[in-house]
Amino acid sequence: MIDIINLCKSFDGHTVLDNLNLKINTGETTVIIGRSGCGKSVLLKHIIGLFKPDSGQVMIDGKDVALMDSRELNNLRMSFGMLFQGAALFDSLTVCENVGFAMIEHFDIPPDELRKRVKECLTLVGLKDIEDKKPAELSGGMRKRVGLARAICVRPKIMLYDEPTTGVDPIMGDAINDLIVELHNKLKVTSIAVTHDMKSAYKIADKVAMLYNGKIIIYGTPDEIKRSPNEIVQQFITGAATGPITEGIDFEHLL
Amino acid sequence: MRKILEALGERFLNLVRYSGGVAILLGQALFWVGVPPLRRRHIAEQMNFIGVNSLPITFLISLFTGMVLALQSAYQMQKISAEMYIASLVSLSMTRELGPVLTALIVAGRVGASITAELGTMKVTEQIDALDTLATNPVKYLVVPRFLALIIMLPILTIYSDIVGMVGGYIIGTFKLHISHDMYVKMTYDPLKFKDVGTGLIKSFFFAIIICVVACYEGMKTEGGAEGVGKATTSSVVTSFILIIAFDCFFTALFYFVGK
Repeated sequence: MIDIINLCKSFDGHTVLDNLNLKINTGETTVIIGRSGCGKSVLLKHIIGLFKPDSGQVMIDGKDVALMDSRELNNLRMSFGMLFQGAALFDSLTVCENVGFAMIEHFDIPPDELRKRVKECLTLVGLKDIEDKKPAELSGGMRKRVGLARAICVRPKIMLYDEPTTGVDPIMGDAINDLIVELHNKLKVTSIAVTHDMKSAYKIADKVAMLYNGKIIIYGTPDEIKRSPNEIVQQFITGAATGPITEGIDFEHLL
Repeated sequence: MRKILEALGERFLNLVRYSGGVAILLGQALFWVGVPPLRRRHIAEQMNFIGVNSLPITFLISLFTGMVLALQSAYQMQKISAEMYIASLVSLSMTRELGPVLTALIVAGRVGASITAELGTMKVTEQIDALDTLATNPVKYLVVPRFLALIIMLPILTIYSDIVGMVGGYIIGTFKLHISHDMYVKMTYDPLKFKDVGTGLIKSFFFAIIICVVACYEGMKTEGGAEGVGKATTSSVVTSFILIIAFDCFFTALFYFVGK
């Protein structure tokens, strides 16, 4: 179980997370929605220990991530898989070296076994025969899939997805959503995804939380979110240009 | 007045922050150098990129510098019929000063910029975060191979530059100024002491540390996409150049007073 308690984070005096509280149940897929730049990715990076909170705690199975020493943190990270927004594949390495990166770095695995494991992971994400290609030779959708294969290669217990469908066409976006659901069912992992793509959120989420002004303003099942009377939530999920979120913002300059 | 003081204070704080950041990165690099495993393949790749690939440009710049040095000194030396001392002047100038400094400036421009651009791009595309999430320390993985490759290859390149510079001087001395081969070689090596080459190599060792730590620090703190990478690369080269010249001045003064 992941328990985020009174989490605060500011950058250069600008508050991004403001006493944020959220509980993520084991085995569930929780989708955190919110506008671009509202701090969703910052929240995700706190969960995996890439950022240290100004105050508050991120507790994973009862342990505070910020208080872990580097060995504990590395052990924790080996139980995580993270898909980055732009896939964050290592340009200088082949697909095989990318997917098997953690295996190469942390386990004394023979090359044949590594290649077999990489092949399995690539098959899981619907790719084959690209082990020797470099990331620059792949399309955006393929890069995301390879990023996903890298994330699942260490058989994680918790998967983090940062904007999984951003930057790919709608068909590939839907394929990635299907893949996330399939991986969740097959690997039985706890998943946390941040997105502003509501179609994706409805498809993959067991629970949805909305981040607004540094706080979680609503948490519930997708149906509960859809039925919420909260005007901020309604404006966001319907994608309306006018409403409480954009009050005082003039879009005329965009016309 | 208050605004001026505030601006000065801000600049001072930035300088302290920068120095602190560089010092911390250097400390981390030194710590991780001692933690096995050493990535021999990565180190060899970096040695090839930093050292072997810098040979042609080091050759050209050192050769021309040696030739120019001989020609410029001939302008004065000929007036007092002391052309044969050109050989000593070239060899001492190259080993004590120009070899280490020119090589460091070449490497800072060619390799330092490339390291910053590569690490900066990795930072803005979240590849450095990805390393962390894969339980791999970015300093160990990215900085240590470059650090070791630089402190090994820069002194070697410096020796190469010293020799090529002397060859440049020899070409002018023998073909243009008609100093005999034997005399030129004798006047090159006779005044040269181990200390002259040694102090140059000590300088180049510290220049290697400066180039690596500044380039890696600038790369790893890059923000703001492609524009940020461009700014970081410029800043890396400018800072390395300034620090190389400043430390050269410091070491030259130190060796001068210690050697007295």
